[in-house]
Amino acid sequence: MAGELSVAGADLELIDVRKDFPGFTALDDMDLHIPAGQFFALLGPSGCGKTTTLRIVAGLETPTQGRVLIGGKDITDTKPHDRPVNTVFQSYALFPHMTILENVAFGLRQRKVEDPLAKAQAGLDLVELGHIGARRPQQLSGGQQQRVALARALVNRPSLLLLDEPLGALDLKLRRQMQIELKAIQMEVGLTFLHVTHDQEEAMDMADTVAVMNKGRIEQMGSPEALYDRPKTAFVSRFLGQSNLFVGKVSEENPNSVSIEVGGAKITVDKKRAEKHTGTVAIGVRPEKATFHEEKPNLGADHVLIGPGEIIDIRFTGVSNQYLIEIPNIGEITVFAQNVGKSPVVELGAKVWVSWKVEHSFGLRDLPDGTEDLG
Amino acid sequence: MKALSHLWSGIKRGSLPVYSLIAVVFLLTPIFYTIIFSFNKSLRRNTVWNSFTLDNWTNICARQDLCSAVGNSLMISLISTLIATALGTALAIALVRYRFKLRSTVNFALFLPMATPEIVMGAGLASLFFNAGVGPGFVPTVIAHVMFCLSFVVVTVKARVQTLDPALEEAGRDLYANPSQVFWKITFPLLLPGVLSAALLSFALSFDDFIITYFNSGSVNTFPKFIYVAAKGGVPAQANVIASSVFLLAILIVLATQISSHFKRKRLQHIK
Amino acid sequence: MAFAAFGSSTPTTKGQTKSGRVVLALLLPGLIYLVLFFVIPLVSLVLTSLEAPAASGRIGEYVPGFDFGNYAYVVTKYWPQIARSFGFAFIATIIALLISYPLAYFIGVKARPWPMLQRMLVTLVIAPFFISFLLRTIAWKQLLADHSPIIEWAHQVGFLSPSQSFIGSNAAVVFGLVYNFIPFMTLPLYTSLERLDTRYLEAGSDLYASPSKVFRKITLPLSMPGIISGTLLTFIPIAGDYVNASRDFLGSSNTSMIGTMVDADFLQNRNYPAASAMSVVLMGIILILVTWYVRKSGTEDLL
Ligand SMILES: Nc1ncnc2c1ncn2[C@@H]1O[C@H](COP(=O)(O)OP(=O)(O)O)[C@@H](O)[C@H]1O
Ligand SMILES: [Mg+2]
Repeated sequence: MAGELSVAGADLELIDVRKDFPGFTALDDMDLHIPAGQFFALLGPSGCGKTTTLRIVAGLETPTQGRVLIGGKDITDTKPHDRPVNTVFQSYALFPHMTILENVAFGLRQRKVEDPLAKAQAGLDLVELGHIGARRPQQLSGGQQQRVALARALVNRPSLLLLDEPLGALDLKLRRQMQIELKAIQMEVGLTFLHVTHDQEEAMDMADTVAVMNKGRIEQMGSPEALYDRPKTAFVSRFLGQSNLFVGKVSEENPNSVSIEVGGAKITVDKKRAEKHTGTVAIGVRPEKATFHEEKPNLGADHVLIGPGEIIDIRFTGVSNQYLIEIPNIGEITVFAQNVGKSPVVELGAKVWVSWKVEHSFGLRDLPDGTEDLG
Repeated sequence: MKALSHLWSGIKRGSLPVYSLIAVVFLLTPIFYTIIFSFNKSLRRNTVWNSFTLDNWTNICARQDLCSAVGNSLMISLISTLIATALGTALAIALVRYRFKLRSTVNFALFLPMATPEIVMGAGLASLFFNAGVGPGFVPTVIAHVMFCLSFVVVTVKARVQTLDPALEEAGRDLYANPSQVFWKITFPLLLPGVLSAALLSFALSFDDFIITYFNSGSVNTFPKFIYVAAKGGVPAQANVIASSVFLLAILIVLATQISSHFKRKRLQHIK
Repeated sequence: MAFAAFGSSTPTTKGQTKSGRVVLALLLPGLIYLVLFFVIPLVSLVLTSLEAPAASGRIGEYVPGFDFGNYAYVVTKYWPQIARSFGFAFIATIIALLISYPLAYFIGVKARPWPMLQRMLVTLVIAPFFISFLLRTIAWKQLLADHSPIIEWAHQVGFLSPSQSFIGSNAAVVFGLVYNFIPFMTLPLYTSLERLDTRYLEAGSDLYASPSKVFRKITLPLSMPGIISGTLLTFIPIAGDYVNASRDFLGSSNTSMIGTMVDADFLQNRNYPAASAMSVVLMGIILILVTWYVRKSGTEDLL
């Protein structure tokens, strides 16, 4: 109940949650557990069901099926105003007919907390907007409105704070600055944050745990490092950073590794880094893990070597150079090479070989869209 | 040549403002006339200018029947405005915020009264009351006024509801307000400007209505009815006083809100 | 059963049945009112229009029946009034549109850089709403009476022949109708022109060069919704009006309209069936015209 709000965060559990809209399934058997006190990011492209998930947790939408538990308590049928949850809305939703201070005090007044104005003022101070309490929302910039929305939710010390793309409307610079502030505030207050975003960099920078959503399902969940290092689906491997993916039939199986054959080349992955060991398998490698050679190198079994191919595009992005290499029968491969000050030694059209360490390969559970199972 | 084309484009650019000025003066002419003749020391009929006097203004109720008619009009307009605004606001919220099966039918049904000439609505209600054995009078008049104001209220408030972001109400629910608190603390204050202008419109329509009132009021006299009947023999200058003061009051309200909102906007820009 | 129709489309979960109940609570009072005091009166009007005189033969007493004779009676007897009502409405609507469009264009488009001026002008356009409709009309009656300066001048210039009066003529009635309903035309026009994106006009000047072509190809089509609602808001009430045409206002016994006859039959002659038949005829013609007009202009979604 609203009265018994915790000072520390509580954990959130979604069990088998499904949401159908007329003619459309927005969430499909979603299971999720967020430990108390975590900064948890829900990452996914627009339309994948992130907002719907938050609305179900906040009680603004009723799930078609499944349970929602906060701090172990089933709140599936609890009204939004009785849930120990607060939301920072995508559009901020500040009340235009109230001052900033009254906006922040709204939840406190509703819960009949003592001295709401002083607590609201403290909340505004926390987001460094203590001096504009008397203004109206329309008089604030986007960044300021965002902070007020945050303060309005935070002052209630909810067990769980829901943030729906709270930085989406801000320009890049302000966005990076707010990411740092938001993270600092979360550490300071120790509440559970469920942060929704479609910006992978934002999710990776801020969250303890990231769940990648696609088409109403969670594709993979884990720490940002783990997700990046070992994506398990084609979608994750491409939504989080870039990946080179190769699809082929397993041609060789050893105790510790499997290899597929693609266009005459052998691509190997460690078994413990592969989800699937038989049939048609997709194996990937991050562009920065690959290197290219102008002469065919002599490498051992701990490397994957493909080529020769031709450099068809070079981009200089400052810190690194991006090379696009076309290898006959295999396709295009992207390689990032650190820009260490030397002028690039290779030119467009150069003939090169590409290699990477087997330990950097990852094997996917599924195949990328548009590729066929080879039987 | 050049001077000529300059002159021509000048006239062209100037002609629209000049035309608009003339059109506005045309619209205001009878208003000026009515106000000026409220100061006329009229002999028998208030049709020819005689001499300036304040008597009509200081002595509005010299015509007792006029004053009681105005009293009735105020009463009828006030009651019907309250009822029409309440019913219409509820309808407008339902029509914008909820999807239900007969929604477009309801929308159309609410448009129909606006597409019905007053004489048809007036005669229809009169025939209903007649057939039901209820004589014309105060209550039938109020009922009729609510009916023809209702659609206008719905249209006006609907426009306001459409601009209301549903996320604001959800934010209220999220911040521990139960449904009735959400309505009174968030929805209603935000709809208020629309509701007020609907009420103002409603009042103006009702206060000025003649045809529907004529068919349903029986012996109850109203301000428009008084003028209609008096038109045969000559309208007393006190009627001009009443109309002028209603006009000046309404214009003052409108101007005051406009000027205040203008300066508010200016101030907002300034702070930003 | 009837109530279920107002529930949300899939009344499966608790939340939706609940919102169904809220919708009902919001809709029912207004809809019941609409049925009781709009639909039923129209039905009552139709029923009354079919009544026959009572056997007693006393004036004002009728019995329910299916006497279509009332329609034949009013149409043969009052066809000049019917023709005049729609003729006046047609002419007055067109004149009002011609007068209002430039004014609305000036306020909605040209005056944009001066929002204060814009709002002042809108206020002035609606100002006539705030002063009695009947007194406004009486004011014109005095201003345009014989021997008034305007009419003296019209005699001198030759707009009117020496012995001719203006008040009492068809032209005077149309004049009054145009004047009284101009705000109903100007406001919707202004609303649609105010939303008009001037960048279209600029792009149009590049494409079509001539201002008249820009007007025909861009401004006019984009302001069509305003033109349609303005003409409807003007035409319908004008067709039913009879105050302007009244002998005590701007008309004479030769300018009577449908409303004049409904008034006379209902309130003086107590010939309720004839008055009702007349109202039904008026309403019927309006519905047919409006449906045709709205179809023709392809904007059914406007309603
Ligand atoms: N009320 C609704 N009715 C029908 N479809 C909806 C509704 N709300 C959301 N959807 C659909 O559900 C999907 C997920 O929406 P949402 O959760 O808002 O996505 P996200 O926040 O990830 O962009 C979208 O395809 C959207 O069109
Ligand atoms: Mg969203």
